[in-house]
Amino acid sequence: MQQLAETTVASQDALLDIQNLTLSLRDQSGWVEVLNNVSLSVKPKEILGVVGESGCGKSMTALSILRLLPPRDSRLGGKILFGGQNLVSCSESQMNRIRGRHISMIFQEPMSALDPVFTVGYQIEETLQRHFKLSRREAAERAIAALDSVGIASPRHVATLYPMNLSGGMRQRVMIAMALVCEPRLLIADEPTTALDVTIQAQIMDLLLGLADRTGTAIMFITHNLGLVAQSCHRMVTMYAGQVVEGGPVRDVIAGPRHPYTAGLLHSIPDSNRARGTLPSIAGRVPSLRHMPKGCRFGPRCSYSTQPCELPQSIENEGMEDIDRREVRCNRWEELALRGVGA
Amino acid sequence: MSLATSSEQPALDVDDLHVTFGNPRRGSLIRAVDGVSFSVRRGEIFGVIGESGSGKSTLGRCLVGLLSPSGGGVLHDGIDPFKFSRRELNRHRRKYQIVSQDPNAAFDPRMTILQSICEPLNIAGEGTKAERREKAFAMLDRVSLSAEMANRYPHEISGGQKQRANIARALMLDPNVIVCDEVVAALDVSIQADMLNLFARLQEQFGLTYVFISHDLRVVSHISDRVAVMYFGKIVEVGPAHAVIETPLHPYTEALRSAEPEIDPTAADTRQRIILQGEIPSAIAPPSGCRFHTRCPRMRDICRAQEPQQREMLPGRHVACHFAEEMLGEKERRSLDLSERNGARQGAAAQGADMM
Repeated sequence: MQQLAETTVASQDALLDIQNLTLSLRDQSGWVEVLNNVSLSVKPKEILGVVGESGCGKSMTALSILRLLPPRDSRLGGKILFGGQNLVSCSESQMNRIRGRHISMIFQEPMSALDPVFTVGYQIEETLQRHFKLSRREAAERAIAALDSVGIASPRHVATLYPMNLSGGMRQRVMIAMALVCEPRLLIADEPTTALDVTIQAQIMDLLLGLADRTGTAIMFITHNLGLVAQSCHRMVTMYAGQVVEGGPVRDVIAGPRHPYTAGLLHSIPDSNRARGTLPSIAGRVPSLRHMPKGCRFGPRCSYSTQPCELPQSIENEGMEDIDRREVRCNRWEELALRGVGA
Repeated sequence: MSLATSSEQPALDVDDLHVTFGNPRRGSLIRAVDGVSFSVRRGEIFGVIGESGSGKSTLGRCLVGLLSPSGGGVLHDGIDPFKFSRRELNRHRRKYQIVSQDPNAAFDPRMTILQSICEPLNIAGEGTKAERREKAFAMLDRVSLSAEMANRYPHEISGGQKQRANIARALMLDPNVIVCDEVVAALDVSIQADMLNLFARLQEQFGLTYVFISHDLRVVSHISDRVAVMYFGKIVEVGPAHAVIETPLHPYTEALRSAEPEIDPTAADTRQRIILQGEIPSAIAPPSGCRFHTRCPRMRDICRAQEPQQREMLPGRHVACHFAEEMLGEKERRSLDLSERNGARQGAAAQGADMM
């Protein structure tokens, strides 16, 4: 009963509320489960970090929200509630009204996300004209204004260029301009700075957070870089092997991680303040989707694994208030009392 | 750092090295490496930090003899490899290996891992087939790959395993120097940590000399004894790894340090953030004077007109910036403030030692 009450409270004020999302994909050898019972929420104007190694399901969660997976070869279960609408059961035409208008996405590699045969300006105009009744001229003006807002020096000129004429950093600025031009309520940023140099990464993050703050857009920020999460997000979730294994306010999670996987990620990053020597690392590798361990999915790589870990782990919640709520999928978290970074 | 064994001859001695591409008459001359000098002691790990376009990979390729210098030179243990004939160079080059970033591109998809690892020995014509195999298995063991991996094809193993095999292959010819060009950039953090540990262990076991090239400040400073920071074909700062990262004396190093996201929230609160404007300028038309002046937060008139000379600011620390003295003064004042605030609690002695 209590579980039920809690869910309704959460869905009232959350912008995006994913409940028990499962995703299966089909390849030559049949169906395989990629996401297992993923639940997470993003509140209006909130920045949620989603971390984990490659193959843990971060990008698949993002693609599920926007329903960008091949319909014949994918199967979604559970609920994705966005503004009261369940995206899992939306029709394609309903989704088309949401994509780019209310939820937009920035991808890791801007070159493959931009169309090489159209000018940058045209591609932004196209987004605008799809969602608003605008004349060509009005759309062009708004596109130029959007390019200007992402700090592009001569927007009128850049609008006439093709993606190949731009540097990686400029392309990512164009992507941001395009994603935010309709002032969406949610932006999914999937590794938006991974392909960029650190000094450019700092520029782009600064820009992205500034713009989102101005337009009141919430961000679901997918990254493997815990430093970026620490710096820019309010809350975070850690994903591992298709499941959410930990979630909570960023500062709390970093100062005191509860799942051994989050702790492992935190400690495996070289730190200039720490003495040189052997870095703590996580042994082994992510299990194959077809051979998931029956119990805790992190069990085979976990140095704290014991007998009870061979049973499936459920999410434990703590803290009723949404704001400081923490969740963890580990039966030993209390006795482990893992060490974090700082504090 | 265990040198002074045989001689004082550095393993690598780079003197005013220039590498250019393109044709000056067509106005498309690119000075990828433009007057770089440093030396690497035997058994030392020398880090090179820089963003894309800084010339760090070109430098790496030139160090192992894959590219010829257009000016200046590189000495390998006092020997100039570029004076050799093609044949001699190929023989000499075996002791100078390079491991590159993308392990997926480093293996022939039609060869098993064992075949790929044996290939350097086949080309060098060393040993019998059985001896080569035996050595290959020994090297796989050294990089912590199980023997069953040997008969797999590249697509059957993970990226981290491929990078290990890549290292095993580089070790087959018993090299003196290994240039590691962005070797962990394509790997997940947990695997990256594993790989850095492996590099450190191999260095001890084989007494190797590394040049560790990366854009990642954390990675380079973790593994290196000394580091050089490159910007646009030049070294802007060089010195002991810890000192360069903790108290940068060049505005570019300072900006790189500040752009690196801080994980520890308490440290992030106290740090000043510098966000550089603009991007790395065009390689064909480099800026006048100091090449960093177009993005430098400390830029003044002199920077546009005059190129700063590299000078020794502290023992072993060379900086090429007009305002290095000014920055050193600031850093000294700040660390004094800090140690006063901390009182005798901790760090006062350590901070002082750092500054020396």
